[in-house]
Amino acid sequence: MNVVMHQVGAPGFLHRFEGLRDRLPGGRLPWLATLRAQAAEAFRAQGFPTRRVEAWKYTDLAPVAEAGFDEPLTPMDDAMDLPPAQAGARAVFVDGRFRADLSSLDGLPFEVSSVARHLDALEGRLGALARPGEEPMAALNTMLFEDGLLLDLPEGVEGGVLELLSLATASERPSAFHPRHLIRLAKGAKLTLIETATGPEGARYLHNPVFEVEVAEGAWLTHGRLQQEAPRAFQLSTIYATVAAGGTYDNFTLNAGGRLVRNEIHVTLTGPGAACHMNGAQLLAGDQHADTTTALDHAAPSCASRQTYKTVLMGRSRGVFQGKILVRQVAQKTDGYQMNQALLLSPEAEMDSKPQLEIYADDVKCSHGATVGELDAEQVFYLRSRGIPETQARAMLVQAFLHEAVEGVTDEALRRALDAAVEGWWARQEETLAA
Amino acid sequence: MLKIEGLTATVDGKPILKGIDLEIPSGEVHAVMGPNGSGKSTLAYVLAGREGYEVTGGSATWDGHDLLSMEPEERAAAGLFLAFQYPVELPGVGNATFLRTALNAIRRARGEPELDAMQFLKLARQRMRELSMPEDMLKRSVNVGFSGGEKKRNEILQLALLRPKLAVLDETDSGLDIDALRIVADGVNAMRGPDFAALVITHYQRLLDYIVPDRVHVLMNGRIVRSGGPELAKELESEGYAAIQARAA
Amino acid sequence: MSVTTETLQTVQSVTEGTYKWGFETDIEMEFAPKGLNDDIIRFISARKGEPEWLLEWRLRAFKAWQAMSEPRWAAVKYPPIDYQDAYYYAAPKQRPKSLDEVDPELLRTYEKLGIPLKEQEWLAGVTTSPDGTERAPVAVDAVFDSVSVATTFKERLEKEGIIFCSISEAVREHPELVRKYLGTVVPPADNFYAALNSAVFTDGSFVYIPKGVRCPMELSTYFRINAKGTGQFERTLIIADAGSYVSYLEGCTAPMRDENQLHAAVVELIAHDDATIKYSTVQNWYPGDAEGKGGIYNFVTKRGACRGARSKISWTQVETGSAITWKYPSCILQGPDSVGEFYSVAITNNFQQADTGTKMIHLGPRTKSTIISKGISAGRAQNTYRGLVRISPRAVGARNFTQCDSLLIGDRCGAHTVPYIENRCMSAKVEHEATTSRIAEDQLFYCRQRGLSEEDAVGLIVNGFCREVLKELPMEFAVEAQKLLQISLEGSVG
Repeated sequence: MNVVMHQVGAPGFLHRFEGLRDRLPGGRLPWLATLRAQAAEAFRAQGFPTRRVEAWKYTDLAPVAEAGFDEPLTPMDDAMDLPPAQAGARAVFVDGRFRADLSSLDGLPFEVSSVARHLDALEGRLGALARPGEEPMAALNTMLFEDGLLLDLPEGVEGGVLELLSLATASERPSAFHPRHLIRLAKGAKLTLIETATGPEGARYLHNPVFEVEVAEGAWLTHGRLQQEAPRAFQLSTIYATVAAGGTYDNFTLNAGGRLVRNEIHVTLTGPGAACHMNGAQLLAGDQHADTTTALDHAAPSCASRQTYKTVLMGRSRGVFQGKILVRQVAQKTDGYQMNQALLLSPEAEMDSKPQLEIYADDVKCSHGATVGELDAEQVFYLRSRGIPETQARAMLVQAFLHEAVEGVTDEALRRALDAAVEGWWARQEETLAA
Repeated sequence: MLKIEGLTATVDGKPILKGIDLEIPSGEVHAVMGPNGSGKSTLAYVLAGREGYEVTGGSATWDGHDLLSMEPEERAAAGLFLAFQYPVELPGVGNATFLRTALNAIRRARGEPELDAMQFLKLARQRMRELSMPEDMLKRSVNVGFSGGEKKRNEILQLALLRPKLAVLDETDSGLDIDALRIVADGVNAMRGPDFAALVITHYQRLLDYIVPDRVHVLMNGRIVRSGGPELAKELESEGYAAIQARAA
Repeated sequence: MSVTTETLQTVQSVTEGTYKWGFETDIEMEFAPKGLNDDIIRFISARKGEPEWLLEWRLRAFKAWQAMSEPRWAAVKYPPIDYQDAYYYAAPKQRPKSLDEVDPELLRTYEKLGIPLKEQEWLAGVTTSPDGTERAPVAVDAVFDSVSVATTFKERLEKEGIIFCSISEAVREHPELVRKYLGTVVPPADNFYAALNSAVFTDGSFVYIPKGVRCPMELSTYFRINAKGTGQFERTLIIADAGSYVSYLEGCTAPMRDENQLHAAVVELIAHDDATIKYSTVQNWYPGDAEGKGGIYNFVTKRGACRGARSKISWTQVETGSAITWKYPSCILQGPDSVGEFYSVAITNNFQQADTGTKMIHLGPRTKSTIISKGISAGRAQNTYRGLVRISPRAVGARNFTQCDSLLIGDRCGAHTVPYIENRCMSAKVEHEATTSRIAEDQLFYCRQRGLSEEDAVGLIVNGFCREVLKELPMEFAVEAQKLLQISLEGSVG
């Protein structure tokens, strides 16, 4: 047994990259070697961002930077316990690596495969949207990614529902994995992708996925994300999406698990009539910290965007919402709306919001709203005056608030999954409160 | 005299007016009736010069002035008044300020002296009494929070204050109860005289019981398909547009 | 003649949208040598006959400033400023002992600006406003470049125990008050510009309202930058003792020059138990020409402390001038049930840039704040609202309401909204709303159909858009502010 001095933080990851670089998937592809080397440079320059960096003003990555991470040593155990499936088809990733043996992908009208197996065909596509120079977590991902979901929906295909299950395994030391998922919908294609991320109760790990999503003309991607990571885990995810004319990117993210979570989404609307819906709920308790950061770039005329985020905070949890709507000069007739609401249910919780409008076109309709507060006293009183005990009245109102967060989801399968997750979460909180 | 000849116009590239011929001599009130989508409101907007209503042919003159080449405010100064079907809300702009600014702009254009705040208030209050309007309507923002009836009465108040020579009333009767309708009609009738002409656009005959027109024109599919005396309105009411259309076809 | 009447006439004479306050007054001035170092600060302090403690205070601020760098987080762009290439002290050579000795040239300057410095003119001018109500006089402190040249109505105010004088005079006559409060709201090293101001401030106004006194008239300071190559660094300190009330107005103009001039002021307000301070600004510094040449850099730190229970500080600002505005009048709500308000209109045209907003720091229980911000951007201007609402865990039952609206006129300008909301108190309630739009085509058409020109229609609609803020201004300023809005927008339509 050899003793290794573990370096932590950014130097630890850079050190690992230096040691591994030739053995990483695609190590012999010159374009990929260059991409990884540039990302390493960007990560070396930026490191883990501190709160002095405006984009990270409210999220302190010190707990991530201070932890030492190893490569995941995934046990090759065929009889892994998988959570029940959300849909018929499921692609399973364990510790960031595709597991065909655990996946069930038969009968899909399109091909689902692994990024690692097709790297020689991905030059110019992998890395087309991600910006390692701007976002350090994307730099870290680019430097060290091993695998990811590769999805191509041909023109006009109705893809139905596909589940992406990301599973972490428990290990002695914390592990880190950085999947890179590439999703492309050709003209008029349609897909609902439901992503579940979870891990065993005591596991400590960093899940650092990057998505590159391309939605072509008239295509529609519903992207549901159920983040239910292990209570001590970190998830720092970054999504880059472009939407062409008449296309729609519809993202709903539920942040319910993890110790420290950031969900960062960059969407660019590149053609007239493109639309983006970004909605989500953050359900936080204990010492959880969850950050939703969205950046919506209206780069074409007559596009619409809708965002609604709701956060419920209990215990000593902390919630963050940062949302920027950029409307470029060409983007006349933009219709942009954003709302974020937070419910503080504990005197020790904290919510920080930073909605932001940056507008360079005049014929636009853009607005945002933010509210932070506790349950409405008048509503509680109204229910009590009708004979409902206070605890029950409050529970009803919290549930109503949560229900509102998911009621806009039109996709049946996703809606069911979200309802179940929200109800499960609330039941656990009530148990804790009762105890 | 308002003289419209061969007027054609498009909205978003779609032809709406397909050759309108119409003459309204001073001293007369004409009604234009027609089903939904026949081009009634388009005619009103084209006469007032609203952006997005593109004239593709023909002419419209008022006392020899080429209306179509003028800016909207120049048409107003020349005596044209449009009572809007949906009066626009101007948040934060006091009704009194708005009315006085408009009145003085038009007085200036006519070479008349402007009214100061006191003179204006006196005049406005007098007109409001005549129209049974509560005085607090002067203090509120233009049309903001006004009921449908209040908005229409506010249009008639402006008519009474600005004293135009040609009024175009675009479905002023829509959404009005019978009392409000009578007030509106009284306001228009009070203006009638040798130097006043009006074009009353309406879907129903009801308004014409109160504002009795000298002539009635039926507008269908962008053209005037029939003209006649006040009795034509009654005929329309009993037979419907379909019958007229069938006969005209 | 009253301020408003004469200013209005000045304003009404404007036809081409040119800046009418751009004249320069030719009077004999005394300058300190160009540049900034310990000796210059000693020179300023000596010229003003200051006590040792204040000199030490300035030198400490200067030391702190040298270790600081200019803030770069605001959405404004400008070439680097050479702080050594400016005069930090410029004063008319003739130092008046009383109003009668004021250089007639100076009196004429203020008359041109519509600020009568002779009380009898005020008294003669107190007649009626356009709405027929009788108007009370306004006491004025006029600051010309680095020094206060005149303060009116001093005796009448003294009868009530009110102190209204230049801050230099206050340092001499009321050192205990100045020493007790100066720098307690905006510490000398608070930020780059505040540190610079603390080191080199030359004059400004000082107000003290004693316990239980309601100030019988509006107090006003009029700032004018005249000399070339100078910056203006005024310092204002207002203290409202328990149960008192004061309304204070501030106005500013500067000559038209091709160079950019720096204005880095600090304003500190302190409100004790049950006291109210209403602070209104109509900022009309020279904005630069239509090509973006010249204009004032307005880098200002304004902050009020609601120290007492039920105290209230209300900021109202109408920002029409300056090439660049960097300004965040803020409230620190310490006293229980204290109230902070921020009402702002910021209008930018041509190449103007404004990054302005407020901070509401809720520390005490049941503190309340209201923020109403209206930004209008035309030409190639950039207009940013930047605001912070922070609720500390002890601010039980705190409330904030924020409404930020932006209006764009033309497609080459920008409007931005950057609010920060930090709530650490469960029982607090924070609400924020922001909208961005342009003037609706149907509103414009409606007005034009009633005979208004396009430009008048825009002016009317913009004034309506700003009404919530303008109604907070004292009568004396409200009419002037409305006209300024219209003038600022000239050339933006058509």
